[in-house]
Amino acid sequence: MIRRILTRLATSVLVLWGAVTVSFTALHLTPGNVVDVLIGSNIVTPEVRAQIIRDYGLDEPLLTQYATYLGRVLRGDLGQSYQLHESVATAIGAQIGPSLQLAGASLLVAIVVSTTLAILTARRKPWIRGLSSSLELIGVSIPTFWTAILLLTVFSFQLGWFPAVGAEGLAGLVLPVIAVALPITTMLTQMMREGLELTLEQPFVLTARTRGMSDLGVRLRHALRHVLIPTVTLIGWLVGLTVGAMVAVEQIFSRQGIGQLTLAAVGGKDLPVVMGVVLLTAVLYVVVNIVIDLLYLLIDPRLRSAS
Amino acid sequence: MRVRAGFTLASVVLALITLAALAPGLLTGSTPDAADALAALQGPSADHWLGTDANGRDLFTRIVYGAAPSLLAGLGATALAVVVGTALGLLAALGGRAVDEIVMRLVEIVLSLPTLLLALLVITVTGPGTVNVIFAIALYTAPSYARLVRAQTMVIRKAGFVEAATSLGLSRGRIITRHVLPNAFEPLVVLATIEVGTALVAAASLSYLGLGPQPPAPEWGAMLSAGRDYFSVAWWIAIFPGVAITLTVLSITVVGRHLQRRIS
Repeated sequence: MIRRILTRLATSVLVLWGAVTVSFTALHLTPGNVVDVLIGSNIVTPEVRAQIIRDYGLDEPLLTQYATYLGRVLRGDLGQSYQLHESVATAIGAQIGPSLQLAGASLLVAIVVSTTLAILTARRKPWIRGLSSSLELIGVSIPTFWTAILLLTVFSFQLGWFPAVGAEGLAGLVLPVIAVALPITTMLTQMMREGLELTLEQPFVLTARTRGMSDLGVRLRHALRHVLIPTVTLIGWLVGLTVGAMVAVEQIFSRQGIGQLTLAAVGGKDLPVVMGVVLLTAVLYVVVNIVIDLLYLLIDPRLRSAS
Repeated sequence: MRVRAGFTLASVVLALITLAALAPGLLTGSTPDAADALAALQGPSADHWLGTDANGRDLFTRIVYGAAPSLLAGLGATALAVVVGTALGLLAALGGRAVDEIVMRLVEIVLSLPTLLLALLVITVTGPGTVNVIFAIALYTAPSYARLVRAQTMVIRKAGFVEAATSLGLSRGRIITRHVLPNAFEPLVVLATIEVGTALVAAASLSYLGLGPQPPAPEWGAMLSAGRDYFSVAWWIAIFPGVAITLTVLSITVVGRHLQRRIS
């Protein structure tokens, strides 16, 4: 167990270091003077220019600059957005709320729906399986941004059931959540159903049945637990996908959030903000994976005693 | 039987889309940029099967002409990723322990970052455009191929026929190209087939966000992007280009999975 924790910590440090290095490389690969790249299309006073050169150590050798940058990021200083006239951390902080709300709600919906679907469809009649796997195929093939457009066109513009703009209240959250949750739900359902089907062939399932346990009871009490580990692993991987999906979804539903912030930054060549968001998601990846490791312990008691 | 029917249908769709990409003139008599202000925002009709956009351009014609740039981005990104990934995978498998460690850590780092964000970072640096989109997508898809090729190579190089080739005194380069690569080829092709669909979706998404081909290019994602302000009054602008993307990706996935089942 201790070995596992150490490996996880080492990987986490590596991922964070990698993200910082990727950002630093991007900054220096961008054509043009680094100061100009950081400023983007804005005009600043000579004092601000001098400040940037001091902050990033731009008059030092490249290796020293790298060390300076690494040190600043470690202290949580993500730099300044000269386009927004505020620090990157402030800009991200102001937008992270609505994004977390959307991501959290989407993951929750995806987990509940896929668990229900998997339990109901695993090892059922062939046509149920056929139908659900066809739907899953469509679910993973539809681009998320088009799902969002489709939902907006049908339910907001044609039927008028939901507001077309803004993040206000629960009604504004419904369509964005469906768009973000759809691909996650289909992938989870597919994996959980396959896992359940394998588990339901195990001898202990037969034992439980001979004790007079109902079919649904066996699925919920015994089989489900066995697919939780791969499910949790997949969810960890899907977090990255969710972050990506949110960029387009936030734009289509005109929601505030990190996606909109990033998109504006890409358009305005506001590199500090894009770098900040990349670093933020690397941190998110690390945190999620630590949580997943802890969940493994919770799910499988054998892992706890292995230490 | 059902599987076969799906495969046949998917192949037909792919054949049609390929035809549209190679010879759009065979499928439509019009040109994608022929604007007709009097026919702006008309719904589907006998004259305009899929309706017209805000400039009165025929949507069907634009979707047919959009096949080439849309497919190009997906295929281009996949091809580039396969080449780079294969090189990295071979390097890791055959270059010794230290090289293997470095390459595989790099692969792990790239795979742990959210894909779309990485693409956005690249495009912030390079600016928008088709080539840059291809480059950005290839950058984050290459690691999967590197992993696959490395794993395959590790297995194959211990195989008897490679040992035999070595003892016959064949050169390293010859063993790699004649014996190792062909055997790693099959799973690589299957993965690449499925991944063309993923790359296509990624490219369309980036185009939709305004970072790919610029207007008036008839690329499918860019068409949706340009039609954004008219979704509320002209549903066909929102629906049909997306149907084209989804049908293409769906067909590619079906064909890819069929190949996957056949080799396993």
